[in-house]
Amino acid sequence: MSLININGVDFLYENENSDRPALQNINLQIEAGDFAVIIGSNGSGKSTLAKLLNVLLTPTKGEIYIDGLNSSKSENTWKIRQKVGMVFQNPDNQLVASMVEDDVAFGPENLGIPSPEIRKRVDKALEMVGMAGFQKFAPHKLSGGQKQRVAIAGVIAMEPDVIVLDEPTAMLDPQGRKEVMETIEYLNKEKEITIVHITHFMEEAVTADKVIVMNEGNILHKGTPKSIFRLVNKLKEINLDIPVAAEVAEYLRSKNVNIPDILTIDELVNSLC
Amino acid sequence: MLTDITIGQYMARDSIIHALDARIKIIITAILIIALFTIDTFSGFGFFSIFILIVIFLSKISFLKVIKGLKPILFLIILTLFIHIFLTKGGDILWSWRFISIESEGVYTGFFMVSRIFILILFTSLLTLTTSPLQLTDGIEYILTPLKRFGVPASELSMMMTIALRFIPTLLEEAEKIMKAQQARGADFESGNLIQRAKSLVPLLVPLFISAFRRADDLALAMESRCYRGGEGRTRLHELEYRYYDFIALIIVIIMAVTVSFF
Amino acid sequence: MLIEVDNVTHIYNDENNVTALKKINLEIDNGEFIGIVGHTGSGKSTLVQLFNGLIIPSSGAVKVNGKNITDEKTNLKETRRHVGLVFQYPEHQLFEETVYKDIAFGPKNLGLSEEEIETRVNEVMGLVNLDYEEFKDRSPFNLSGGQQRRVAIAGVLALKPDVLVLDEPSAGLDPQGRKRLADLLRYLYHELEMTLILISHRMEEIAELSSRVIVMHNGEIVLDGSPKEVFAREQKLHQLALDLPQITEIMHRLKDRGLKVETDLFSLEKASEEILNRLRGCEKC
Repeated sequence: MSLININGVDFLYENENSDRPALQNINLQIEAGDFAVIIGSNGSGKSTLAKLLNVLLTPTKGEIYIDGLNSSKSENTWKIRQKVGMVFQNPDNQLVASMVEDDVAFGPENLGIPSPEIRKRVDKALEMVGMAGFQKFAPHKLSGGQKQRVAIAGVIAMEPDVIVLDEPTAMLDPQGRKEVMETIEYLNKEKEITIVHITHFMEEAVTADKVIVMNEGNILHKGTPKSIFRLVNKLKEINLDIPVAAEVAEYLRSKNVNIPDILTIDELVNSLC
Repeated sequence: MLTDITIGQYMARDSIIHALDARIKIIITAILIIALFTIDTFSGFGFFSIFILIVIFLSKISFLKVIKGLKPILFLIILTLFIHIFLTKGGDILWSWRFISIESEGVYTGFFMVSRIFILILFTSLLTLTTSPLQLTDGIEYILTPLKRFGVPASELSMMMTIALRFIPTLLEEAEKIMKAQQARGADFESGNLIQRAKSLVPLLVPLFISAFRRADDLALAMESRCYRGGEGRTRLHELEYRYYDFIALIIVIIMAVTVSFF
Repeated sequence: MLIEVDNVTHIYNDENNVTALKKINLEIDNGEFIGIVGHTGSGKSTLVQLFNGLIIPSSGAVKVNGKNITDEKTNLKETRRHVGLVFQYPEHQLFEETVYKDIAFGPKNLGLSEEEIETRVNEVMGLVNLDYEEFKDRSPFNLSGGQQRRVAIAGVLALKPDVLVLDEPSAGLDPQGRKRLADLLRYLYHELEMTLILISHRMEEIAELSSRVIVMHNGEIVLDGSPKEVFAREQKLHQLALDLPQITEIMHRLKDRGLKVETDLFSLEKASEEILNRLRGCEKC
């Protein structure tokens, strides 16, 4: 069985006037070790999906199984939250404590882990995100990218099976974005942590194992990064950013230049010359 | 700049006073304050002052810095002094002019009260000078823990304080940014009478509150997703631990308090 | 000269005493469209706040329309009507009950008449593409993020400034929102002949829109010139760990491989055409 199993899920926000569900008939499997990227524009339902994975919301219809646990059953809530770590968009609004190490310790403290073990986990997690030595820093003295990495460390310290990141790079500058993406890729490739990365930056999907495109509460397309970037015109229609290299390739293709599937500038340059 | 404001007045030093357990320091401060109110002679205050000087010396914080911390309450001290000197009657008349008179009882009580306030403030500021806000929060939580069975939400209170400490700098930064943005639209925060000034704060306070609520919403979600469910079953990274010198300090202070009450 | 910055140094007066600007000299003329790039902390935001006196520099002078605004006697309120400043995430400064009132806040502070204020609000709402009748009585807090940002920008435009400074105005916008913003800036620049200063991390935006690019690094201006000149300094930019516009990066790499393309084309269509023409010109390079 897959690590994450989403079966026929609908979700409707109760207080909203619109009848259109935020999510409609979502079916999706994510395997242990996957690096899955979900892309979609504002209002595509991607953040709602993230919250469902962490039981911050439960499906209106259908079921979600995390490591075999049904998220709709209330006795599973806390087990699932330990298994699925969440990182949110705004780096300022998810750090709880005024010292980095206390913040990273927050999750393990909630789980009732003994103090010496928390110490070990905190130091290890900070090292994994490249923030060793920042234990005593105050969060408001850190850059956006650093804050986001502390938030990731806070999740790692809970030893989850999967980390769900809900637009973690949306509010960062290019430098911070690079730091966070490198951290995520390292955690997936070297530490074999399953990653579900939600974003509207398409170039962040280039190294994924699996890309899911969402639009208006539906899954529009699932596949490898290459198969997705072939859909340039369709993706543009739903207001997504296309990597420039893919767009140039698409233009050349439309003028009958024979060019393979392109994701990055390197690939484009190599295929042309 | 607004962000210059430091929370509390904590000064990090490597001293025995700093190393004392926060709980012990809070309890000691409480004992001393009670002892202070049992004193009714100036020799008692003298005794206390010597004790404070020794503590300041041990804490490695310069005497001037400690005194500087008293500046904000200078007005209160002077006011108390004058009220007693002019309004408390009794004893010999030292000086009089028309209906105003100064009598010896007034001078005595005036200086007596001022000494008491002075020492009281010194004690409490020594506590905040040598204990970081985080340690204080932890200390208060531990001290309140026995009250949990009477429904006092000790861990929740301490969590609230932790979050407040975390977000004060962030919100100050934000306030400064909004203020600048409104100034760029011609808002004036500096001139006008009191009512005009209060009104001019609306464009600052409304966005600030909205942002604070948005942050609170986000934070609540983030905390929930990190398995926060109140204080029940929580452990701590920094467990507070008593060491031998904590008990020595406590014993010294108790002996002192008892002695002083005989003055 | 519209804005003159003369030997300005600014040190933040806080615990870290960061030197945000080091001996900056800069002149900005009427009718320029200036793009400012640089890493976070390079001094860009500090620099633009000098222009309307929100920051008074530690040393040096700033003149706007010939008037020294670092002089204590200068009426800063007067300066601020000439230099409009749109901060990062400007929608966070909205506070009024209705869109109309919020946009009217600036003009009201200028002491304009009701009719004049109404004309201006009407006008700027048109500029940012918000229908006057439909939006004027709505609460700004019930609008979408993109619409809120347009209300906030309109609030600054309503001051009718000579110079409009925008700090990261496209942060967090989707492609459609960004395109709309670029169209607005083009219109202000070409049709209304406003002087514009744009801070952005998006090199594409800077390259396509601005007439002059300023690159800042550690509180200093390290490059200053037309987009063509600045983005031709590939190595210097890479050395500062700054990106080229992606399309420029592609063109440079192709040229390095021997495909003789022009490297100073900043629009995707033109650059793609150029590649196509060169490819057709020689079958195998």
